[in-house]
Order: sequence, then C-alpha cells, then structure tokens
Amino acid sequence: MAFVAFGSQAPAKEQGPSKTGRVALFLLLPGLFYLALFFITPLVSLIITSLKAPSATGAIGRYDLGLEFGNYAYAVTQYAPQIFRSFSFAVLATVIALAISYPIAYFIAVKSRNRPLLKGILLTLVVAPFFISFLLRTFAWKQIFSNDSLVVNVLKDIGVFGADSYIIGTNFAVVFGLVYNFIPFMTLPIYANLDRLDLSLVEAGSDLYASPSKTFRKITLPLSLPGVISGTLLTFIPISGDYVVASRDFLGGPDTAMIGNVVEANFLRIQDYPTASAISVMLMATIVVFVSAYVRRSGTDDLL
Amino acid sequence: MTRFSLGKYLLPTYVFLTFLFLMIPIGYTFAFSFNDSIKSNIIWRGFTLDNWLNVCDQAGVCGAFGNSLLVAVIATAVSTVLGTMIAIALVRYRFKFRSATNLLLFLPLATPEVVMGAGLAAQFLDFGWTKGLTTVIIAHVMFTLSFVVVTVKARVATLDPALEEAGRDLYASPIQVFWKITFPLLLPGILSAAMLAFALSFDDFIITQFNSGSVDTFPKFVYTAAARGIPPEANVVGSFVFIVAIAIVIAVQVRSAMKKRKLLSK
Repeated sequence: MAFVAFGSQAPAKEQGPSKTGRVALFLLLPGLFYLALFFITPLVSLIITSLKAPSATGAIGRYDLGLEFGNYAYAVTQYAPQIFRSFSFAVLATVIALAISYPIAYFIAVKSRNRPLLKGILLTLVVAPFFISFLLRTFAWKQIFSNDSLVVNVLKDIGVFGADSYIIGTNFAVVFGLVYNFIPFMTLPIYANLDRLDLSLVEAGSDLYASPSKTFRKITLPLSLPGVISGTLLTFIPISGDYVVASRDFLGGPDTAMIGNVVEANFLRIQDYPTASAISVMLMATIVVFVSAYVRRSGTDDLL
Repeated sequence: MTRFSLGKYLLPTYVFLTFLFLMIPIGYTFAFSFNDSIKSNIIWRGFTLDNWLNVCDQAGVCGAFGNSLLVAVIATAVSTVLGTMIAIALVRYRFKFRSATNLLLFLPLATPEVVMGAGLAAQFLDFGWTKGLTTVIIAHVMFTLSFVVVTVKARVATLDPALEEAGRDLYASPIQVFWKITFPLLLPGILSAAMLAFALSFDDFIITQFNSGSVDTFPKFVYTAAARGIPPEANVVGSFVFIVAIAIVIAVQVRSAMKKRKLLSK
C-alpha cells in the first residue's frame, strides 16, 4: 500500500506559497530526527558491528572495534547456500503470488466496480488474514500438513505420496507458506492501481476490434504495471528477510534455512554479532541495488 | 459461444476458490481455539469453551497480549502525531532537502525487518541500553512512522486549500484554522493511519524479537511456544483479535456507505 501511495501521488503539488520555512521545520524535524536516530544510525551501527573483531579477552558475545572485512568473506562462504536459497525462494514465491493475486485484484477492481457491496466484502476478505497473527496462520498450515494429517494421509492413500513422504520441512512447504502469507501484499497494490483504470480505454480497444486478450495485453496490463511493481517489491523485500516460515518450528526443516534464519541464529542465539551484521548489511545493500535498478528500468521514478 | 460463458464463470470461480484458500488457516485457528486439548493442540479432542472462558490460565498468554496492546497503543500515538506532522509539511510546504526527506521516509518501507531489527539491536548494544518494553516501543514507532506519513499524505493531498484560506479570510488564527478546519478534514486519514500503525505494531514479530530482551509480546509468545506446540489459548487470543478487527472494518464500511447514501439523497 505504501508503495502505491508513494507512486500514485505525483510530485506533491505545492498548494500555495510557503508562509514560513519555520513552520515546515517544526513539522518535519521531530519525525525526521527520530528516523535519523532510530533508523539511519542503526544502519551505521550495523556496518560498524559487521567489522568488529572478537574481544581480546575472549569473552563470548564481546567484540572490539575493528576493520575485519574478512567477516564478510566468512559470512558469504559459510552461508552461501542460505543466501542463494533466500533469493530463489523470494523470486519464486513472488512470481507465484503475482500469478495468484493479479486475477483477484482484477476481479475486485474491474469486475466488481459497479457493485460496492461485493467489492467491500471482497476487500475485507483480502485484508482479513492481516487481522490474525501470521505466526498463528503459518502454524495452522504446519498442522494441516503435518505428517499424520488428513491431507498427507489422503495423498498417501490415493498414491500420490509414498509411505514415507512428508510435506513439512520441504522447500515446497516453505515457498507455499511464503506465497500464502504475501498474497494480500501483492493483491492490494495491484487492486489500488486497477481501481483507477479508465475502462473507456479498454472499451476503445474492443471498439477497434482487438480481441479481449489483446486488449488485456496492450492496455490493461501495461497500465497496471506500477501496481505490479509495488506489489512485487512489497512481497519480495519482506520475504527475502523472513525467518518465521522457514523456521524448523513452522514450515521449514533442517535444509530450508534462509538469510533471516542465519541472522537470527547468529545475532540472538550464538551472539556472533559481526557475522549477523555482515549478512544484514549485504542483504540491505542487495535490496537497495535491486530496488533502484528495478524501479529505474520499469520507468516509475516517481516511486518516491 | 461456450468459450465465452466459460470465461464468464472461470474468473468468479477462481476468485471464490482463492478466497476459500486464504480463509483456511483462519478457520483452522478459530476451530482449534475450541479444542479440548490436553497437552498439545494438534489433534481434535472435542469441543469446549474452557479455553475462551479461562484464557489467562495459560501462563504467559494474557501478559504477552497486554504487552502487545500497551506497545501498540503508545507506538501508534507517537507515530501518528509525528507522521501527521510530516505529511502536512510534505504537501503544504516548500522546503529544501525534499528529495532527501522523501528518501528517508521511503527507506524504512524498503528495508527487510530483519535488517531494521538487527541494526537497532546492534545500536542498543553499542549504547548499552537494556532491551525491554521501551526499546520495543522505540522500534515500533520507527517502523510504523513511514506508513502513517504515506496514509495521511494521501488525505492531505485531497484537501482544498481554499477552505483554509476562507478561514484565514475570516480572521481565524493559524491555530484556529488548524483545529477547526484542517484537523477535522484530515481526521479520517489520520484515523486510518492510526489503525494501520496499530495493526502493524500489534502483529510485528521480527523487529520485536530483536529488541525485546526478555519481554514477551503476543507474536513472540506464539513463536516461542511453537517449538512445543501452540496452546489453544493463543488461538483464542488470535481469534478474538480477528473478530474485533473485522467488526471494526465492517462498522467503518457501513458508516461510510451510509454517509454516501445520505449525501446522495440530499
């Protein structure tokens, strides 16, 4: 939603000349100062921590300031599979979520346009999952797909599954859980975009004898691209850092750990702050590069 | 023509099935809040209202829920005020560093939670701050702020500056103009921003886990409990929150629909 709002409001119109810069400053400073103190400097802390060396005293969880760039090399070599897996999972889950969500967004925005009641109900249903903790929802899937569950037993009975097959702990389960959790994040921005689609443009297409599929490809889809981009970012970014779904206590197993799991384990369990920070910095850097490249290529520089 | 009619029903059927799919875990969580479980809440053992009537008997659930509420209320209040101020400034005033400001506001939205969580935790370590409720609230204000700005900004942009001018023409002081004209007109935007901030804060897990130390919030309680199996009382709390939230959403929608009808009939 956020990306939509940023994208949809073209450079804010200056309404009337500013009376005093001082008022603007008074309005802006507290919030911006807050973000500087609790968003920007933590990123700096993260970079500083990522370069720290183990304490000379040898105490666990204690580190001295340093310039240990080797921490990055260590993190990459040590956790290459998890890093690779995170990005594959994130790309795969984002693409699947897009495929599932687009028709829903289209149905709500275009097909239900003149039926406010239906539209209201459908929109409420899209956001409904937000109102129940995603941990509970993910855990519900774990139980639905657990080894003695109805689903697994039926799959075994009809012969799709072998006797010792399972779902929980597989890559499939993790991607499934990620897709499920992020469908609303994908649907809402696309909906918000399609909701503003001028249907007369679509009509013009069909008036000019374009087939429905051609009208869709040449008119609807290109016009909805900003929504698709917002949805993709809103899905891809959180997934790339998620560690709940892939956790062994939820849908993951021994071989499904993602970057988030590595950061969590290193930071909160074994207190290897430099390694955890190095991975976080790399994740952040990748996302920034990815986002700016993606946005530039797709020509929505007004994302901000 | 069969293809046409197939197409006509294909999309609604698909939408219906997908919504069904979206609702499965919600229904499951709700159903298992009534499970007469003994130790783990995995197998259905029969219907009971016990979990609902004696939620707080389960150690930790109500405390964690209370913490989540407290954090969400305070964080929402702070970030709504700060965010509304920024949103007004962004739309109404010219100032230098606009693009830097936009970037600063956009970045938290584009940062994975684990990075924000670890960064803040690293900073608290450096500062030597003990993690607890305060650090959780600090973190929640930080990550909800940009969402508030975006939501309120959308509303400010729809305001007609002529209304405020009229107020000034009638010799209202700037403060009067703000409280009598601007604020009431912005209120729907501010309220939806506050609701969004509350929901985000209440449901946050990752940033919270990095910055809460030994304090439990509800999502953190669920995460920790997952290792042994989540008790049905957690399902009760989750289902309860769900019902309240849905009720609020429906009430808001009904109210705005009624308003629309009133306006049309005039």
